Amino acid sequence: MIWEAIFEPFADFGFMRRALLGCLAISIGATPVGVFLMLRRMSLTGDAMAHAILPGAAIGYLVSGLSLGAMTIGGLIAGMVVALASGFIARVTALREDASLAAFYLISLALGVLIVSTRGSNVDLMHVLFGTVLALDNAALILLCSIASVSILVLAVLFRPLVMECADPQFLRSVSKLSAVTHLTFLALVVMNLVAGFHALGTLMAVGIMILPAAAGRFWSASIGGLLIVAFAVAALSSVAGLLLSYHFSLPSGPAIILVAGIAYGLSVVFGPVGGLVAQNLPRRYFET
Amino acid sequence: MTPALSFQNLTLGYDRLPAVHQLETEIVEGSLTAIVGPNGAGKSTLLKGVTGALAPLEGQIEISGFDDEEIAYLPQQSDIDRSFPITVFDLVAMGLWREVGSFGWLRRGQRSRVDAAIAAVGLTGLESRPIGSLSGGQMQRVLFARLLLQDAKLVLLDEPFTAIDARTMADLIEVVRNWHSEGRTVLAVLHDHETVNSHFPQTLMLARELVAHGPTGQVLTSENQMRARQMCEACASTPHVCGKDAA
Repeated sequence: MIWEAIFEPFADFGFMRRALLGCLAISIGATPVGVFLMLRRMSLTGDAMAHAILPGAAIGYLVSGLSLGAMTIGGLIAGMVVALASGFIARVTALREDASLAAFYLISLALGVLIVSTRGSNVDLMHVLFGTVLALDNAALILLCSIASVSILVLAVLFRPLVMECADPQFLRSVSKLSAVTHLTFLALVVMNLVAGFHALGTLMAVGIMILPAAAGRFWSASIGGLLIVAFAVAALSSVAGLLLSYHFSLPSGPAIILVAGIAYGLSVVFGPVGGLVAQNLPRRYFET
Repeated sequence: MTPALSFQNLTLGYDRLPAVHQLETEIVEGSLTAIVGPNGAGKSTLLKGVTGALAPLEGQIEISGFDDEEIAYLPQQSDIDRSFPITVFDLVAMGLWREVGSFGWLRRGQRSRVDAAIAAVGLTGLESRPIGSLSGGQMQRVLFARLLLQDAKLVLLDEPFTAIDARTMADLIEVVRNWHSEGRTVLAVLHDHETVNSHFPQTLMLARELVAHGPTGQVLTSENQMRARQMCEACASTPHVCGKDAA
């Protein structure tokens, strides 16, 4: 019974194993990025950047159809341009970064929808918006795993400056020249992981696997290390559970994965020991000093 | 008596509006100086100018005897995210950034120096507490511990004792006096004249332009304070163009 429900789909079908590998790769790369997005109060920035990737991927699609390379490069370029341009405008003008990012992503979202709808069929539009986690080929898997590996390495190197950039940016600027480098590298990581997520889960869902596990993790751990581990665990378990649900009940897999992550978030809000609803309202004995 | 800082016809400001105007004076190396003056007198602006965060509109600040990196600065409202999940120990340890850098490990000797700094501000036992659980006074102690580890030759404090309890203030003043006895140059923006009188030998009174600078007893006179208030009010009501284009 348990074998049939949980292991058989992956044992019997290659596309399920591929989907699982792809999702785990995204979980490894995207969730730490999501944790830092959340800690920097940039969760909505991730959302904005995900939309900004659309026109680039759409232009890639126009040039060479549903090609992995063209859509990846298009998405990366569009995401970087929006991230850098909005960051640049925020640094050199009086406009704050959230406002300038919103301006850029609205422009590129409109552009992307326009491009896809002038040329694409409905099937292609669905592909771009919701991804194709059940049809990942070798090239796509290698891309996802490479992006995850690069993300982990870069995060390991940049960990301390990134923590300081979040906790006390003014201090980082006073002791180190790495502040701007850290910020821009981090934005590049966000874009890379969104492009990876876009292939599997689509532009609309990619940001979900980034932010929801991080938000859930906040209710389970009060340290950065714990936060990273919990977030990855939530993302990985959501991937497995989402794929199985989509297999057994014929649901679209991307939304199924994100919804499971959403349920994990909901449960964390209620039952999480660090500031969850129950923990906050339960009468507890306090420590005697 | 070598000058650590020399302000030469220094004008600092925002959007062409001068907040510090044609300041001409010197801060002696190893001195303990209070910067006083009415609101809007340019006190914080002057500190920002020294850190290099604000470029002069005119004139210059000459720093001699040490590098830019040997300046430690405690801003008035630090933009520390108090909800960030970082412990007291880790935040204080960041004071060693110049030694440890972005990637180095904390060696055992360095860890004990962090412990010593935490002990020096009276926070022993709270090392593993997240900073979100600290009171305002405790947080200020944490920031002073980090300043201690920065081992800076010039320490800039912007209203370090505002909104903290008397006990914390007394402890932190002790830290400042220690810096002074170790020969470091300390510049502190302060409001409370009683504190200035009893602990700061030198005072620089500012009202956009220099009002007076010298031994505290000679500077903190009611005459000077009256003059400073008048100068600030006069300047606020008549904005005028500064710099080379000025008629």
